[in-house]
Amino acid sequence: MLKDWLGHHHGHHDSAVHRLPATGKLVGALMMIVGTVLAPWEWRAWFIGMVVLLLMVMVLSQIAIWFVIRRLLLLSPFVLGVIVVNALHAPGHGNWLALAARSGLCLFTVVLLANTTPFGKILGALRSARVPALLVTTLALMHRYLFVLLDESERMRRARASRTFQRQRRVRWRVLGTLVGQLFVRASERAERIYSAMCARGWK
Amino acid sequence: MHIPDGFLDGKTAATAAAISVVGVGFALRQVRRELPPRRVPLLGLAAAFLFAAQMVNFPVAGGTSGHLMGGVLVAALLGPSAAIVVLTAVVIVQCFLFADGGVSALGANLLNMGILGAGGGYLVYRLVSSRMRGLRGQVTGVAFGGWVSTVLAAIGCAGELAWSHTVAWSAGFPMMASVHMIIGLGEGLIGALAFAAIARTRPEIVAERTPASGGTLPGGILRYGLLVALVLAVFVAPFACPWPDGLESVAAKLGFDVQGASAIVHAPAPDYRLPGIHSAAGATALAGALGTLVVLGLALALGRVLVRKSVKDLSKESKQEPPC
Repeated sequence: MLKDWLGHHHGHHDSAVHRLPATGKLVGALMMIVGTVLAPWEWRAWFIGMVVLLLMVMVLSQIAIWFVIRRLLLLSPFVLGVIVVNALHAPGHGNWLALAARSGLCLFTVVLLANTTPFGKILGALRSARVPALLVTTLALMHRYLFVLLDESERMRRARASRTFQRQRRVRWRVLGTLVGQLFVRASERAERIYSAMCARGWK
Repeated sequence: MHIPDGFLDGKTAATAAAISVVGVGFALRQVRRELPPRRVPLLGLAAAFLFAAQMVNFPVAGGTSGHLMGGVLVAALLGPSAAIVVLTAVVIVQCFLFADGGVSALGANLLNMGILGAGGGYLVYRLVSSRMRGLRGQVTGVAFGGWVSTVLAAIGCAGELAWSHTVAWSAGFPMMASVHMIIGLGEGLIGALAFAAIARTRPEIVAERTPASGGTLPGGILRYGLLVALVLAVFVAPFACPWPDGLESVAAKLGFDVQGASAIVHAPAPDYRLPGIHSAAGATALAGALGTLVVLGLALALGRVLVRKSVKDLSKESKQEPPC
């Protein structure tokens, strides 16, 4: 369920947008985001143009509209709180509508980028943009083992749930702490195995 | 508290990005210098771990739930530079893969969660764990540092939002600070429990990073301290001290030349001495200090409960050979 949500089940599809070079898409998305953030709210043409452009990209890349809408509506309490406080406290200056529109459009852009471009391609673009190799390696390993560790934590949680019968608060906290600690231990053991495997394949 | 796109204006986003590029660049250089090659994959795995751990929700008062930020936990396990690199990876993946946190706000989010959260929290951890020897000091440090890191990140976030005129400081700061002073309790508790669990199952992981064994140069710590101070000075200080009043008076003084004598009669800022402002700021500071002391007491008690062994046993335990 979680993976369904996080995963990019649209990443495997194929369309004209999917086939575009990753660097171009990344630069384009960055420019659109910077433009949207910097454009004054009075430039309605920019915002309307963005909506039209993004909708066109969405149709071209065959991404289901319900998927995008579901993501746009999933606001964290923090984002919601800021918009509400802004609407109540600062009428005029920081128009809350502008705030919501800007963040919505940028979110739309990132959702489309993430679902038409495999993360590996984005990493390649970062590498060619001379982002330090250590950071790119870390990102690549993180992306590779992200879902492995998510599965691992899910299995641990299920195992715990099937063995824990009390629901006392103190026990619950202890269980959560042990779970997180054990997850780190497993991650670091896995890292040791990965290092051996990397060396065996001639890394460095 | 991932800030999305559009919440920060150009100047705030650019300033935050510039500071975080310096901070992350420094952390990367430090890691390249210190980290043995066999621990390089651990950075990626620790980032994946942190991401998975952030999915574990814990209950906060009032039916809501928070999740681990984990900066201090990772910093205590891997060192502050590695923790900043790990958090950078986490924030970048959350931004580009899951659209959590904006692209233009990437710098600000790195600043809050990486440099203020992991870096600032680690300073507190180091301060506590060097005062109290052994595992008890470390567990107490993780608990207190975790709380401080959450509150620091929230204050930084409030400062950035106020800088961009999105949420006024007077509204944003009390709200962000008070909510995260509660969420931070969960962060500290989970972090300390996790650290104690790791120390129980794999003591050598924890022993590798004991402050006594060195690891990070004091110079590195000093630089993180300066970086945290810089961030707070840039984003928070303008609001925390009566700076706008100061600006007003300066403007009045500058305007004196142009506008003539009438300015000097009306402009000298009587706002400065308003008893209301001073006592309100004083009350906030007092409440903050009291809250911090209470949490420090809680962290000390937690360390005492979680680590019931004497220091002698621990030093023996931490000298065990790794099982591989």
